[in-house]
Amino acid sequence: MKKTLATFTVEYQQVMDEEGNVDQLLMPNLTESQIKELYHLMKLARTFDEKLFLLQRSGKVGTYAQIKGQEAQVATGYILQKTDWIAPSFREMGVYIARGADRVKIVQGWKGDVRANEDDPKTARSLPVAVPIATQCLHACGIAWASKLRGEKDVCVTYIGDGGTSEGDFYEALNFAGELKLGVIIYCQNNQWAISTPRTKQTAAQTIAQKAIAAGINCIQIDGNDVIGVYKAMSDAIARGRSGEGPTLIEAITFRMGDHTTSDDASKYRDPKLVEEWKIKDPLLRLEKYFKKIGTWSDDYGKFVVAECEKEAEAAITAALAIAPPSPKNLFAHVYETLPPDLVEEEAEVLSDVETRKSLYANTTKTGGA
Amino acid sequence: MTKMHMVGALNQALKQEMKADKTIILLGEDVGVDGGVFRVTEGLQAEFGAERVVDTPLAEAGIIGTATGLAINGMKPIPEMQFSGFSYQAFHHFAQHMGEIRQRSNGTFHLPIVVRAPSAGGIHALEHHSESPESFFIHAQGLKVVCPSGPYDAKGLLLASIRSPDPVIFLEPKKIYRSFKEEVPEEQYVIELGKANILRQGNDITVVAWGAMVQLCLGAIDEFKTENPNVSIELIDPRTLWPFDFETLYASIKKTGRLIIVHEAPKALGLGAEISARVNEKAIFSLKGPVIRVTGLDIPFPQYALEEYYLPDSFRVKKAFRQSLEYK
Repeated sequence: MKKTLATFTVEYQQVMDEEGNVDQLLMPNLTESQIKELYHLMKLARTFDEKLFLLQRSGKVGTYAQIKGQEAQVATGYILQKTDWIAPSFREMGVYIARGADRVKIVQGWKGDVRANEDDPKTARSLPVAVPIATQCLHACGIAWASKLRGEKDVCVTYIGDGGTSEGDFYEALNFAGELKLGVIIYCQNNQWAISTPRTKQTAAQTIAQKAIAAGINCIQIDGNDVIGVYKAMSDAIARGRSGEGPTLIEAITFRMGDHTTSDDASKYRDPKLVEEWKIKDPLLRLEKYFKKIGTWSDDYGKFVVAECEKEAEAAITAALAIAPPSPKNLFAHVYETLPPDLVEEEAEVLSDVETRKSLYANTTKTGGA
Repeated sequence: MTKMHMVGALNQALKQEMKADKTIILLGEDVGVDGGVFRVTEGLQAEFGAERVVDTPLAEAGIIGTATGLAINGMKPIPEMQFSGFSYQAFHHFAQHMGEIRQRSNGTFHLPIVVRAPSAGGIHALEHHSESPESFFIHAQGLKVVCPSGPYDAKGLLLASIRSPDPVIFLEPKKIYRSFKEEVPEEQYVIELGKANILRQGNDITVVAWGAMVQLCLGAIDEFKTENPNVSIELIDPRTLWPFDFETLYASIKKTGRLIIVHEAPKALGLGAEISARVNEKAIFSLKGPVIRVTGLDIPFPQYALEEYYLPDSFRVKKAFRQSLEYK
């Protein structure tokens, strides 16, 4: 005897297409000024992104991971309350920006200065960038679990790439989130590339979204370059999370327009024609088309946003580049609550030689790898 | 004051602290209904509920990763690794996050987590149930590693670990879970982390041992004493394996001039190697002869039919005493 025990479907959702046409039935509750705010945030993220890329090339910051093409991510941060949490991967600069993170610290962080990771009232409840792939998804589960135990309604959004969904921690996180019914949203930026490995080499699964189904949790695949659609999917997932209905996996289809990082050269493994094809799906471009269609775009507005973003980014960069590197004392400041005797001794030795060694490192160029 | 096994002392410590501190939550494989495979958490789910004593899915990275998140968001999780050998499935969480988050967040987040793990060998267990992984945790940096050698210490060290603002790996030697009882005060007491305990005073040899090796060494010292009444041996139990109390050790070998380190973990890069290296740097002129290590072998932990030949035993420890005394 055979029978069907369960059947599943995976939905795809797009609110605004590449031409700026909106599906009114799916349109979330966003005012025109909020949509303008989203546009402004995307532009700001792109401005920082382009400038950080150039700063790396001129040796002023270290290895940098561009977000170019993935700016619609800002909606995932924009929609959150201050008491919500984020547990990012490393290609979410736009999310930090949208949450109101200190602009100076954003640049300072790429200078390899750990003081940028200090939480301040503006970035409260934002974990530092997590380079080990997928570990942050489990942290997010623990964070949401603690909120749940205290009866709080805060959600935790965690981020991962398409490659990251091949990691065991990703599956463990889906499983914990489902079993414990946590207010976790796993936002997968499927940008098609994990360094040189294309999405097709990661899994035989037709979608990444469907990986949630085995864990018994909600999922959706969306157009990740559609900032309104990102907002909509997040809004639905957050509502579920806050009301105790549990987690959601959102697979956002996007494209990494740049290299993996400034140390990478995608031309070695990726057909440049692909990049050209994705240019028309650009998240900023389609919002501009939308504004033009509904008559709220003007060249002056466009220039105004560019000028504002330019001003904000330049001010942050100037301030960040002026920050002197941390004192070597910082190496030992946050290892344990109280420094054990042997580390006190190690610290003393390092500090006693600082003046002599300083000159050796005065002109260190900012290079890096991976 | 009641005489109890280490299992009872640990259980009492958890129970008392969970009553006092509502942010504590226990999580792990079979820690709830079953009370843990060694019964350390017996009865705690019945008393504190399934929300605070949680039977998790079977996934070590999941347990340690979520414990990290719980601690970031204000809880004091006490996850259990069912056996310390299973902690390798979560090793990236220990090495990349648990020991580092304080530094990576420049002090914003700290992790008051105690990871309990039945550890080490000597009970004829199945494969992968007998490892002594302390060196991995120490090398990961930013963690504290604690290993009690008896019921009294177990309670005081566990309470100190739970109250520590830093993450602690609490290795419970399963061979001595129920092998002997000690008087354990009903009231709460803490044994300061990072301070060694001198269990026997002596003038001729310093022996450093922890966990189940402490009982072994006490026995070996007593046996040796009857054969060599003029030799007195000092036994130091570091209690906290990292940060290690080197000051107590240096003071001891200044007196004895001889050092033997006994541990179950393999010799190569075992904690004995680090102790020996530090003594070399800081106290070499106190020594009359080479540091001697009696340790597990530099081979994978064998299946139990040959376990006795792998682990330090009284024969090997006493042989080391004689070897050490050859240096005048």
